[in-house]
Amino acid sequence: MQFQYQIEGGNFSRAGFASSEIKKLMKQLNVDLSIVKRTVVATYEAEVNIVAHAYGGTIYVELDEEKIIIKLVDEGPGIPDIEQAMKEGYSTASSTVREMGFGAGMGLPNMKKNADDLKISSEVEKGTTVQITMYFKTEK
Amino acid sequence: MSTKYFHHALKFRKEVCIGCSHCMNVCPTQAIRIREGKAELTDNYCVDCGKCYRACPVGAIIVEQDDFNQIFRYKQRVALIPSVLLAQFPEEISLTQVSSVLMELGFTHVYEVEHGAEVLKDLMREYINENGENKPLMSTFCPAIVRLIQVRFPTLIDHLVLLKAPLDVAAAYYNQKLIEEGYKAEDIGVFYITPCAAKIAAVKSPVGQEDSAITGVINMDFIFNKVYTAVKQGFIGRNSCQLPQLDPMKSCGVLWSATNGEASSMPGRTLAIDEISNVIEFLEQLENEENKDIDFLELRACDESCAGGILTSSNRFYTVERMKKRAASALKKEQEKNYRYAAPGPILQYKGFLEENIQVNKIQPRSMEKLDEDIAMAMKKMKRVHEIMEILPYVDCGLCGSPKCSSLAEDIVQGQAQIEQCIYVQKRLEQEGELSGKDSLELMQKIWGKEKFLQNTSKEAKK
Repeated sequence: MQFQYQIEGGNFSRAGFASSEIKKLMKQLNVDLSIVKRTVVATYEAEVNIVAHAYGGTIYVELDEEKIIIKLVDEGPGIPDIEQAMKEGYSTASSTVREMGFGAGMGLPNMKKNADDLKISSEVEKGTTVQITMYFKTEK
Repeated sequence: MSTKYFHHALKFRKEVCIGCSHCMNVCPTQAIRIREGKAELTDNYCVDCGKCYRACPVGAIIVEQDDFNQIFRYKQRVALIPSVLLAQFPEEISLTQVSSVLMELGFTHVYEVEHGAEVLKDLMREYINENGENKPLMSTFCPAIVRLIQVRFPTLIDHLVLLKAPLDVAAAYYNQKLIEEGYKAEDIGVFYITPCAAKIAAVKSPVGQEDSAITGVINMDFIFNKVYTAVKQGFIGRNSCQLPQLDPMKSCGVLWSATNGEASSMPGRTLAIDEISNVIEFLEQLENEENKDIDFLELRACDESCAGGILTSSNRFYTVERMKKRAASALKKEQEKNYRYAAPGPILQYKGFLEENIQVNKIQPRSMEKLDEDIAMAMKKMKRVHEIMEILPYVDCGLCGSPKCSSLAEDIVQGQAQIEQCIYVQKRLEQEGELSGKDSLELMQKIWGKEKFLQNTSKEAKK
């Protein structure tokens, strides 16, 4: 099954909507709760990144019995050095964004920690695509 | 398949229900449907918050109550009273007077529930400090919230503080105290005067405990009426001189069940949230962002916490004000080192004993959002739900007998409803000539009952 959610850049009051929807889908599928938790944390992080940095974006969700692929495509400044951005503490957030509790530089590392598979591609001044894959097999 | 997880204290009386759907529309877990003109409860979704009880205009929803006379099966009859009870009454009515009415009703002992907090407070603080990896820790004080987390927010279950509530601690203490005084365990009955339905459900089917130290539950409105009648008829306090003096209540105990009562006693950054919709909104957000900055969350299902319990009689804002006044006066005495108030309460002499049994077992998730246990089947059902949602109008009018379009879609997929119940679908089908006016009337009658579709004249004739 496929789903699509639009994200508005700069509007933090709406951030989290798509993550909540994805969470609901996974709960309906009776996916193991620890997997739901990790998915939501990773997706929310990625969603907030788009709101914080990009003009806007789209989340494409693909869901089957074994896995969920969440592809977040934004139009924005892009990430010049992905390797550097993956390091804890690295942040380009403005002070306003930081005051709202975002932009501590834990975004990408936290996403990587929670996702089963994370792919990031980016083109400067065009945008970034983040792809999170989660497998539903119960972890024991 | 349909294992019943919870005992419910809320009962729907079919013979009184007029099928008005007020309850269905306020239920925060979408647990109510209308069928054949009557409200029906889906047991496993209900968390006993009592919103439906308040919304019902005809009193069709009742709170189950143990027969009062059962107390006389015991030689020692303990009334466990929460501080909300005394705060139901104007300040002229004293704790001694309320107790004297309870004694006249047949109780042999009166004890205040929140003494349990004197033992619990430090343990909770320790628990929070020791379980930092599960921050924010969430109180298990309100049983409706514990159930809400089980059914709606199962991913947050590890955050619950696995310690008993003051009620359980107080009951265990008083039982033990009487046993040590030489009474036989089987002669002791401990009865809780409850301000809400969720506490009844928690006593009857405790979550995370094998059994409860509480023998029975008496609804607070029953006691309120007895006390008020006694006041109005001038009987109150006639025997008060025979009353043993009650242990003085600490200020933190008086306010424990009020909003911020627990949170204000806990370390670090704390938040207190009351009213179940507020709690749902907050938890929904918390599930997304994994907030580690908050140490403790106090969550209560009722507005103004227990002062707003559905079995209370006084206006909740007056109740809270009276509780605050009582707490302030207790605090003053504590600070003045009043000998009775400043000393550790008698319950603390049993600290070691009480601590042994204060842990609650791991609380199990009971997710009610899953469409099926089997993921392949759930996937099929989910596809079907989304196909149906394409047809439904997203109006959430409730005319189909389900509270929302999405709940109708799920009901259809689970085989409990049909799509023609939707009035919009009916109109479309009628227009296409696929449904007659008579058929559509019959469909609506099946949901709302025949009576609602009688013409005014025949309706009146029926009366």
